[in-house]
Amino acid sequence: MSDPKQRDVIYLDGIAIKPVYGPGDLAGFDYARDLGQPGEYPFTRGIHPHMYRARRWTMRQYIGFGTPRETNARFKYLMAHGQDALNVAFDLPTQLGLDSDDLRAQGEVGRVGMAVDSLLDMEEAFAGIPADRVSISFTINSMAAVIQAMFLVVAEKQGVAWDRVVTTPQNDILKEFVARGTWVYPVDPSLRLVCDIAEFCARQAPRVNPISICGYHIREAGCTPAQEMAYGLAIAAAYTELLMARGLSVDDFAPRLSFNFTCWGRLFEEVAKFRAGRRLYARMMKERFGATNPRSMMFRSLIGGGGSGFTVQEPENNIVRGAYYALAAALAGAQTMALPTYDEAYTIPSSKAQLIALRTMQICAEEIGIADTVDPLAGAYFVETLTNEMETKIREELVRVERMGGIVEGVKSGAIQAEVARQAYRFEQQLLAGEYPKVAVNRHVAPDAEREASRALELYAFDPRVAEAQVARLQGLRGERDNAVVARTLGRLREAARGSENLMPPILEAVRGYATLGEMAGALREVWGEHKEPLVF
Amino acid sequence: MTTRPVKVLVAKPGLDGHDRGAKVVAHALRDAGLEVIYSGLKRTPEEIVAEAVQEDVDVIGLSILSGAHLTLAEKLLERLRAAGAGDVAVVVGGTIPARDAEALEAMGIRRVFPMGTPLPEIVAYFRSVPRGDG
Repeated sequence: MSDPKQRDVIYLDGIAIKPVYGPGDLAGFDYARDLGQPGEYPFTRGIHPHMYRARRWTMRQYIGFGTPRETNARFKYLMAHGQDALNVAFDLPTQLGLDSDDLRAQGEVGRVGMAVDSLLDMEEAFAGIPADRVSISFTINSMAAVIQAMFLVVAEKQGVAWDRVVTTPQNDILKEFVARGTWVYPVDPSLRLVCDIAEFCARQAPRVNPISICGYHIREAGCTPAQEMAYGLAIAAAYTELLMARGLSVDDFAPRLSFNFTCWGRLFEEVAKFRAGRRLYARMMKERFGATNPRSMMFRSLIGGGGSGFTVQEPENNIVRGAYYALAAALAGAQTMALPTYDEAYTIPSSKAQLIALRTMQICAEEIGIADTVDPLAGAYFVETLTNEMETKIREELVRVERMGGIVEGVKSGAIQAEVARQAYRFEQQLLAGEYPKVAVNRHVAPDAEREASRALELYAFDPRVAEAQVARLQGLRGERDNAVVARTLGRLREAARGSENLMPPILEAVRGYATLGEMAGALREVWGEHKEPLVF
Repeated sequence: MTTRPVKVLVAKPGLDGHDRGAKVVAHALRDAGLEVIYSGLKRTPEEIVAEAVQEDVDVIGLSILSGAHLTLAEKLLERLRAAGAGDVAVVVGGTIPARDAEALEAMGIRRVFPMGTPLPEIVAYFRSVPRGDG
């Protein structure tokens, strides 16, 4: 009998949640077909047979600010406290191919990440950090080729062979056109760069994970959980098609593809999203692309908490939210975890906030027993039903993408961007109406005085001398290096960009001669021009 | 006395690519009956001023989440005055710490909407902006 007081519970993708689930919901459920053993196709239960019993997730906080020297010190601080991998944040001029002394970079140097102008900066950022022993991801997209090339040269100078380097340049430009916005070149040459890196690394630096496909930022920009997964899968399919069109076999590169997704929101919806996504990806890679290596079918994931789940109001509450997101990520089967810091809406994270985020993941991994057995929710009537329903929603979104002409066309026309903006607005209205509950935002809202008191956070004191020091260093470099070599290598890069050869070798050559990031990016800009954004909202 | 709607340019100056907030505000203002133009990402202060003058807007809403708000707002106000359009109201939204909100208002920014400002408050402000004669 239904309780007349019972309220409807409807999730963001329109799935209605029942008060009770039972065996009747799972009629026709087939363990081998729908789940399979952990570590076996279709990997619904996780990509490894023993998951965290064999190896707990990697903890990889997102760090970088100021100069390479400051960032290097923060890396070492967190590594000394048990963080085992790095995720490097670059400032916006670096992400957009502008040198620190560029007029457009004014006010932005060293702000949201570390500034990199040349190989010199990368050498300093990774001084004392062995390139063959720490896995490092770079949150870099349109400049991924330059940063990856710089790191390969840093490794070389440390005496580390390229086949020992384990880096993950984010290198997912399609999601940048949809969200986050660090695009530079038009869509087609941007895709060429993504594939040049992937192809080059598959042949020369096989442990590099050349593309980290991000649903994360698209979700942060406003899309629903099913759309996050659908767009991520569509983007993975687009890169796979492009790389196969170059003559690579899917098994040559797919084992090194990885994913970056969020997990904030309703716990079981998020867990179901990953379980459904893993089996959809496995089937896509096997059935559509003909993968035969099981590793090509594994949805390897970095799962991060998602800053948009955090609130500006009463920021300390975000520490609690972070703990729940860590739990969600663990139940979802993350290979790598990262959490936003509680102060992130206000400031560049303090080292205290970074440490709390790291400790949150460590407590989750080591104190509460979550890592003791694989996929503990498997077989639950609710979770398996929700996994099936999420799969249906994700498939529906994939069909909508196909109707736009595929993800690349949808990005060029702005249809995807318009849909994401529409969902962001819809979500804002749900928040305002109190339909989507948020404590201290639309529930249990504190009186103003108390709210203001909670804003007394330690704010990162940005020092303008950081930018001055960076500019001075860059100008010093321009005076000391062999400028004839720089001019020659940049000319060579321009010529290669006009043709169709892989651009990694000419970029490596320019990097070795200490050409700056802005000079290399500028050479490509001269040949390709810039992306023109479809203006939709 | 004109009855035309308030005309707004929602703009993203600088290098910051986070446009969720700008688009949500633009959408809400359009729903509220205002005339809204969106600049797109990575506009320079010069480009924003040129568009504001060309379109004869009443108010410019800048969205900045990168921390570069002081530099960008100062440049924009300077260019706006130089273009003889100092009467156009300029407001700023984004990740703006309280101490910087005061500095922005001191340099001539009419209002600051820091993160967490309820959408209806933002819409109410834009509706109240006096319309120019144009």
